[in-house]
Amino acid sequence: MPHSPYALPAIIAVTLVTVVIGAYGLRLARTTSDFLVASRSVSPRWNAAAISGEYLSAASFLGVAGLILKNGVDMLWYPVGFAAGYLALLLFVAAPLRRSGAFTLPDFCELRLGSAWLRKLSAAFVVFIGWLYLVPQFQGAGLTLQTVTGGPYLIGALLVAAVVTGNVALGGMRAVTFVQAFQYWLKLTALAVPILFLVLQWQADNRPELAPPAGATFAEVTTVHFDSSAVLTVSEPTTVTVSAAPVLLEPGRHEFTDGATVTFPAGAAVPTVDGTASGMGWLLPESGAGGLVASYSLIFATFLGTMGLPHVLVRFYTNPDGAAARRTTLVVLGLVGLFYLFPTLYGVLGRVYAPALMLTGNSDAVVLVLPGLALGPGVAGQLLGALVAAGAFAAFLSSASGLLTSVAGVLSTDVLGRGSASARSELASPAARSHAGSASARSELASPVARSHAGSASARSELASPAGRSHSGWVRDFRISAIVAGAVPFVLAMRVANLHVSLVVGLAFAVAASSFCPLLVLGIWWRGLTDLGAAAGLLAGGGGAVTAVLLTFLGRTGHGLVATLLSYPAAWTVPLAFAVMVGVSLATRRRKPGNVGLTMLRMHAPDALHL
Amino acid sequence: MTGPPTTKPGRTRIVLADVARARRTTAELAQQSPVGDALLRGLIRTQLAHALRLSAVVAVGLGGLPLLFALAPGVAQARPFGASLPWLLLGLAAFPFLFGVGAMYVRLSERTEAEFTDLVEHPDR
Repeated sequence: MPHSPYALPAIIAVTLVTVVIGAYGLRLARTTSDFLVASRSVSPRWNAAAISGEYLSAASFLGVAGLILKNGVDMLWYPVGFAAGYLALLLFVAAPLRRSGAFTLPDFCELRLGSAWLRKLSAAFVVFIGWLYLVPQFQGAGLTLQTVTGGPYLIGALLVAAVVTGNVALGGMRAVTFVQAFQYWLKLTALAVPILFLVLQWQADNRPELAPPAGATFAEVTTVHFDSSAVLTVSEPTTVTVSAAPVLLEPGRHEFTDGATVTFPAGAAVPTVDGTASGMGWLLPESGAGGLVASYSLIFATFLGTMGLPHVLVRFYTNPDGAAARRTTLVVLGLVGLFYLFPTLYGVLGRVYAPALMLTGNSDAVVLVLPGLALGPGVAGQLLGALVAAGAFAAFLSSASGLLTSVAGVLSTDVLGRGSASARSELASPAARSHAGSASARSELASPVARSHAGSASARSELASPAGRSHSGWVRDFRISAIVAGAVPFVLAMRVANLHVSLVVGLAFAVAASSFCPLLVLGIWWRGLTDLGAAAGLLAGGGGAVTAVLLTFLGRTGHGLVATLLSYPAAWTVPLAFAVMVGVSLATRRRKPGNVGLTMLRMHAPDALHL
Repeated sequence: MTGPPTTKPGRTRIVLADVARARRTTAELAQQSPVGDALLRGLIRTQLAHALRLSAVVAVGLGGLPLLFALAPGVAQARPFGASLPWLLLGLAAFPFLFGVGAMYVRLSERTEAEFTDLVEHPDR
């Protein structure tokens, strides 16, 4: 694989710029509210770019193209769903959630249902989803550094984990807002500029067919190195070179062991690998029952999962009011949709210029290696290769920062628990403040341990002056939480190097869609939701999805339809969560919170009325 | 709801009473009186109806595609402009479609809110 000499400097430059912008933001980060919501002084355009920058992760930048290269048209549901999630968010959640004054999902549980224990339950889901989503970011970073420099997987993952954790722990979200907005435009440029050259090259090569019915062929002599053993199915007799000796492969299945290096001649048909689509199977949608279930599960998970992603919702609090939240979401939908036009093209051109990736299971690297492979070893290919590598790093840095901020926020507020009073009284609008204040007063009475931790004097001053003495204690908690929040997924990423980044992200979406989507939609639009109903739905739907995820990770999914239902759980867990939430709420309707009318009014009354 | 806020001919507006009435309606809302409650429920129902209607558009327009491709394989094999139809729809057309639906919702919901605000602040119009 050609290594671009510019790639490493480009990666280092992106990382440095991220740190410098973060440091610039750090000077502005003065109070606790700066840390978490950037003081709501972020303009909508910056905010929309920041939301998009935060959202477009390793899965979007590398994973989508890799899956399309390997499996073809059915994988287009990933980018479509990743964008459509913002439409669902816009239609059902954006404006009311902003007006509610909640800025994390646990806050929403407490504001809407007035339940402290439900808050804890949802905090557990936030942490699980956040970690599940952080793993592929670190994974992608390891893969990128390995691909563009030949360096070890561990270093890339460690670099991103350390930079992001440090940045979040020191600068908080204000820093992150500038970084994220910058990174959206960097990511878009890093995909859009190289693809222009790649498409021109494809034209200059007389437009080689993208999906020849007989399957792809190697355009030139290609050497494939197997990092793990693979079974290839060869369709025509092919003479390959293994360890400098010619070997004739007859049609049929051939196993290659770990570490084997095989050179295919130019014009030979690309063998197929189990689990990879070829010929018409790549070009046309899969029509079997399994394919339909998988497609619809993916649609459920991605369309409905976005609203339940912890790092997405936090951003909505930075809008000044509900109407602004709606407009920001629309801009995000446009920005994200624009971005997703490009990964598909990389996956498609990869069939022509990078067929070897289909054999090694390393297809997630297609975006990184395509410029070098298609444009040849000249400077142009190297520079463009460095640009995509920089964009990929921007993707990991920004998504991981947003996720880490959310997970750390929840850990410091709901697990360490000491800073909760100041965090909550600051997040709340004046109307909500008394509510939050009383909640924290209650929790103080309930747990003397938490109180002695904080020290009663500082606890009181927290309520009296949020920006006062408590600030340093709260910030310290947040920093400790950030380190914990970054370390756990880093360790996990070391263990699951072989899972496709988009598949892992897809599972995170499935959990979010089966837990927080029903909670938000029912909580915002239906007065009948009760705390018990919400908890039962979270446990049934979210718990089901979590179980499916764990079984998938352990490789214990079985065969046939059961395997599909476990690898793509959303088709059954989302309806289950809705049904259980509604059913149990109806059965416990006496537990409806007394202030539900007021909450509804706050969420739905137009901003212009200033109610 | 009733067009531009022009004064009706032959009628004199008493500003103080107008303000009082607007305050009363706002108070009805804030105090959750039966009238205020009915107003709010109406607003929520209208907004939810917009959201559900537009979701149905997406559910049919995009969500129907896997079923369509499975039931009518001929459609999936069509090649308008020399490119495969499923690729054109999912790789290209889906994104402007989603944005268009979103823009429609923003317009509808902002109009609903403007009408509601108008109704509350000028209940006699």
